[in-house]
Amino acid sequence: MATTAINLTPRDFKGKSNPDWCAGCGDFGVLNAIQRSVAELGFRPHEIMTVSGIGCSSNLPGYINTYGMHTLHGRSLPMATGVKMANHELNVIVVGGDGDGYGIGGNHFTHTARRNTDLTYVVMNNQIYGLTTGQISPTSSIGMTTKSTPFGNVEQPINPVTSAIMNGATFVARAYSGDVRHLSGIIQQAIQHKGFSIIDVFSPCVTFNLNNTHDFFKERIKKLEDEGHSTSDWKTACEKAMLFGDTIYTGVFYEGDRPSLEDVEPVLKTGGPLSFRELGLGQDEAKKIITGMM
Amino acid sequence: MGLGTYDFALAIGGEAGQGIATPGDILARIIVRRGLHLATYNSYQSIVRGGHIFLTMRISDAEIENHGDSLNLLMCLNQDTMDRHQRLMGPGTRIVYNSDSINPGTEDMGADLCGLPVGELTQSRNRLVQNTVGLAAVTYLMGIDFSVLEESLTLRFQRRGQEMVDENVNVARAGYEYAREHFTQFEQTPPSGGKPLAVWSGNEALAMGGAAAGVKFYAAYPMSPATGVLHWMAANARNLGIMVRQVEDEIGVANMVVGAAQAGTRSLCATSGGGFALMTEAIGAAAMMEIPVVFINVMRAGPSTGVPTKTEQGDLWQCLGASQGDFERIIVAPLNCLDAFNISAEVFNLTDKYQCPAIIISDLYISEGRFSVDPDKIDMHPTIDRGELITEPSDTDGYLRYQLTDSGISPRALAGLEGYVHLAATDEHDEDSTLLSDEFTNPHKRRAMVEKRARKFDNILQDIAAPALVGPADADVTLIGWGSTDGIISEAVDVLNAAGISTNHLQVKWMVPFHGDEILDIVSKAKWTIIVENNYSGQFARYMRSENGFSANGHIRKYDGEPFMPHHIVDGVKAQVNGETEKYIPYQEITV
Repeated sequence: MATTAINLTPRDFKGKSNPDWCAGCGDFGVLNAIQRSVAELGFRPHEIMTVSGIGCSSNLPGYINTYGMHTLHGRSLPMATGVKMANHELNVIVVGGDGDGYGIGGNHFTHTARRNTDLTYVVMNNQIYGLTTGQISPTSSIGMTTKSTPFGNVEQPINPVTSAIMNGATFVARAYSGDVRHLSGIIQQAIQHKGFSIIDVFSPCVTFNLNNTHDFFKERIKKLEDEGHSTSDWKTACEKAMLFGDTIYTGVFYEGDRPSLEDVEPVLKTGGPLSFRELGLGQDEAKKIITGMM
Repeated sequence: MGLGTYDFALAIGGEAGQGIATPGDILARIIVRRGLHLATYNSYQSIVRGGHIFLTMRISDAEIENHGDSLNLLMCLNQDTMDRHQRLMGPGTRIVYNSDSINPGTEDMGADLCGLPVGELTQSRNRLVQNTVGLAAVTYLMGIDFSVLEESLTLRFQRRGQEMVDENVNVARAGYEYAREHFTQFEQTPPSGGKPLAVWSGNEALAMGGAAAGVKFYAAYPMSPATGVLHWMAANARNLGIMVRQVEDEIGVANMVVGAAQAGTRSLCATSGGGFALMTEAIGAAAMMEIPVVFINVMRAGPSTGVPTKTEQGDLWQCLGASQGDFERIIVAPLNCLDAFNISAEVFNLTDKYQCPAIIISDLYISEGRFSVDPDKIDMHPTIDRGELITEPSDTDGYLRYQLTDSGISPRALAGLEGYVHLAATDEHDEDSTLLSDEFTNPHKRRAMVEKRARKFDNILQDIAAPALVGPADADVTLIGWGSTDGIISEAVDVLNAAGISTNHLQVKWMVPFHGDEILDIVSKAKWTIIVENNYSGQFARYMRSENGFSANGHIRKYDGEPFMPHHIVDGVKAQVNGETEKYIPYQEITV
């Protein structure tokens, strides 16, 4: 958590490269919201690691001034878990797209939620594969026509919010990248939450998804907090998360207080981050091992 | 490796669930406490109950690194064992069995039949007491005092209460006395060796080696025959400050260890060929991001699920080609348990120095085999050298993670340090981590980065020992092997020299980097070269040819799932010396 009184601005978290996203891409809003969140929480760049997989949105670590890993398609969560286990004092933010996180990385999504590792996972969900020029994703709606579904998608989309709740995530939210202020507020809560936080962010692809556009979301989005939703009520949260018609809810659906992986991992109880500990065995430990073999 | 004055092998056979491991373990401890050497090989099936398990234990006063050629004693826990193996037991050998439930078969080759009326001796309905009675008879036949067995049984069972100790000691005494009255002891009794030895498996050695080398993060998905590494790590993790994670799949395992290594811990994982196949993309990621991390592949017979509980040296090319792209990796195949232990620290130092992935190739034979070891030879405090690792913060700017240097090595910072914020990317990148695709793919920068990573390996051969020829320099036959067959080939060489066929031996363990010139220098002076390997297609033979253009005169290959025994190699050499064949495939006599 924040350790310094120096006040940085979102500008201080601007990376070396400029985003190569299409003009109007929803991902700009997510990048802005993350930069704003970490600045407002008082972090300094070296206190954060941003980890991504592969895809348009996974280019984000190159555009933000923090430690970063731009890894393999679908593997951001295990990579980030490794980072967090090795240095649990780092604040680890994981970013990526819906194909990366819910498709090829779906197994890791399930198990990271179950472990409740203290990661903040921001999924830029555009319901399409953009970098490969427009095919269905695990969140594409039934009937959607794309290059891989010229006669319309026939497969049921995954629901990231209910999946995350069922699998044990302890902070589950949905947001819209066109509302940076709202998104930034949720990201800040997510970073401060101890445990696995996931924010499924509608982040429209203006080039390849002409169904789920900015206008589509603006007409439908209602905020849970405006309706007095209780974030401890997982059943109502799931009911509200299932709506994807005239009303689509954003906000924090569920928050639980199950201990995070780092809290229940005995090796991390004392001694600081593993990566800064002295290597090698003590004399007594070594002797005990040898004796056990005799 | 010399042949000892005492060389004795026994086997215990039964089905999974009959508790073969317990008498095997008790006997192993008796042997090593006496200062004698042992080598065990457990032949088993991928089954939790039933099937057939056959544990071979060879004992000698000389160092041994294989389970030998023949059996002196067979202990049958079921009829199936008698039926399968009685034919292996000739005059002078003994077969110990429960005569209440097991009958000698028709393939009597002259062994002394030592039937034990277990029911009458024990008055117990506990099925497992037959193992203790049998063990006691074996102990008598071998000429080991009852007091030694009593002490071992007490140590073994005291955690489960005095009643358990008493029951086992009483039935053991009955078995021992019955054997004394009815059976003939072996003429030779085991001598007292020197100081007490320790016993370990290759998997335990690999895990311990990792711990001694400073591994702080270990991840795995269970897979035979590599699971022993996970079990050792899990049992010792808390005391040693090592984090152990069992992960959802090997893809997760590999990516987790790469992430932990990027943050700065020494990180390790182990699997077998199928799991390794899933890990490969992450190996390329480690190479591209220049992250030091070690993967262990404990080979079993493939392809695919293959024969899960059998050994093979079939994954060399999988390791050479693991992951897409053209990149540098270290690959080493340890020769025995002690080598497997020592290699960890050496490999971790190399991966830290050269900031690259490394693969340790073991196999079922040494990883699940149990071998004695002189505890004084286990250096639990090896040199740890982390290379150009930045561990302190800085207030200067301008850190370039992938700085172009003469050596190709760029100083690497622990994640979280102030002053060294950087990105590690699997996309091709510039010195400052900028993705090349972010600024229109630049061929000159791409070339510079490929050459930078490759340059790291220009002088790496200086850091490792070249293989050396063992035996007479002007021998008529030169046997060439790689990895775990070292202890088997060495003994075959001794047997061949004793039989008048002058033979020497070259065992290679570093696959990458490969001492192509040094090896060529040795083998091109040899009169007749034979490559010995545990696979069908001659993976090492093809690899050596690709690296230094050398083709051997002959081959000995085995791919039936069982390991070589020394006489397989002796017979193969004789057949080739006699001009019968240039490719010898030994026949496996013991079938399980």
